[in-house]
Amino acid sequence: MEPPVLRVSKLTKTFGEVNSVDGVSFAIKKGEILGLLGANGAGKTTAINMVLGIITPTAGRVEVFGEDLHASRVELLRRMNFCSTYTQLPGNLRVWQNLNVFGKLYRVRHLKERIDQVLEMLEISHLKNRVSGELSAGESTRLNLCKALLNKPNLLLLDEPTASLDPDIADKVRKVVRRSRDDEGSTILYTSHNMRDVEEVCDRVVFMHKGRILFVGTPGETLQHFKEESLEEVFIRVARSGEIESDKAGKEAGE
Amino acid sequence: MNVVTVQALVLRYLYLYTRTPIRLVELLFWPLVHLLVWGYLTEFLKSHTGDAFPYEITYLIGAVILWDILFRAQQGVAIFFLEDVWSRNLLNVFAAPVTNADYLAATYVVGFLRAAVTSTLLGVLSALLYSFNILQLNWGLLPSIFNLLVFGWGLGMISTALIVRWGPAAETLAWAVPFFIQPFSAVFYPVDTLGKLAWISKMLPCSYVFEGMRKTLKTGEVDWQSIGIATGLNCVLLALAGILFIRVMNVAREKALLTKFASQ
Repeated sequence: MEPPVLRVSKLTKTFGEVNSVDGVSFAIKKGEILGLLGANGAGKTTAINMVLGIITPTAGRVEVFGEDLHASRVELLRRMNFCSTYTQLPGNLRVWQNLNVFGKLYRVRHLKERIDQVLEMLEISHLKNRVSGELSAGESTRLNLCKALLNKPNLLLLDEPTASLDPDIADKVRKVVRRSRDDEGSTILYTSHNMRDVEEVCDRVVFMHKGRILFVGTPGETLQHFKEESLEEVFIRVARSGEIESDKAGKEAGE
Repeated sequence: MNVVTVQALVLRYLYLYTRTPIRLVELLFWPLVHLLVWGYLTEFLKSHTGDAFPYEITYLIGAVILWDILFRAQQGVAIFFLEDVWSRNLLNVFAAPVTNADYLAATYVVGFLRAAVTSTLLGVLSALLYSFNILQLNWGLLPSIFNLLVFGWGLGMISTALIVRWGPAAETLAWAVPFFIQPFSAVFYPVDTLGKLAWISKMLPCSYVFEGMRKTLKTGEVDWQSIGIATGLNCVLLALAGILFIRVMNVAREKALLTKFASQ
């Protein structure tokens, strides 16, 4: 049986007295889009940063493509990519220069053609020669996504990719994310505060609260479980009440 | 270490200079100012002291050129890291398949390129304006330059490690660290001038380079002993700086310092 693309086991990160991520376990199957949801401070970004090896876990294990992340981080990162609303590409470089640098870092073959392809996917081909720092927030987010798609990653980590986008562009981005999975075979871990995104894009969701997993299931199962009409209502309820269903907490998703 | 990765990281830095020529001002302007100030001071002293002119004064121009090599190499390493902080690109780089060795090697190349540009400019101008020929250092020139580069790289790694550990508030260390050691580096005066503090100087590889430079300019003979000691000290320093850098990067990953940089 093929191992999950990403398996996170009892992942924990403690800063002093605070458990930012507390024994979280989940797995993502090949070709799946898993939404990691939760209010600010739920531990989503910390979890993603541990999957990337930017933060060392206090305890637990991250396996990517069946291999331990810490044992072969660089080799695994070549098959991954990431886009976050908290990062930007250097503003003083032109769009194509930024993509050229990262394309080389990720060893992208036929780089020039691929740069044209991703720019076209995100509908920003006309910005190729523009200075990145002069782009609007929406254009800049799409450029970040271009960088994340450059190497046709087997595992793509998207941290709030539609934040700061207008509804039209957000819709286009969601389509690109699905296309990346359908046409390029990417498996995707997706965080967002936009529940419309999650309903449209994610096959399953992991609800987190204060570092712990509350519930894992499809968007439909989530609504059924919380007896709410929409994920937005589930999100608000979880964020406000902070209810923790201990029977579900820590249950490993995807297995 | 992977050559393609290093090339990509260096390319990013080269794009910065082709995209924003104003950056050349930073690279060329200050070294030029130093050369002009020290060069004209030398000219002034020459013209007012006549036969009593101490020939050692002309070494100041050589000191300015060699010091700048050290400073630019250090800056190449420290500023390389800060560029990613300033542009909020740090996480993109550290989430990419880049090892510590790749990253450091790229900073060394950038430090070398910065030093090569400024030292070539200063070397040519000092010959044209003040008839000071840095090539008088003969065969000692290349190992001297190499030692200053290595020392600059080591200081750059230490500066970067301190900035990572203490956060953006410590950015100023990128410029300050070389000047912490300058008074003890025997750049413009011999080690003996330091009196009881000379022991500090004797621990710094660059002080042997500057002492060697003065000896070579005076006697025409290359001071291989000084170059040998500087090389030995540099090996120790580079190893220690490397250990410090790797330990701090590990601490940064444990304490999430890199993500804090990214969010500030």
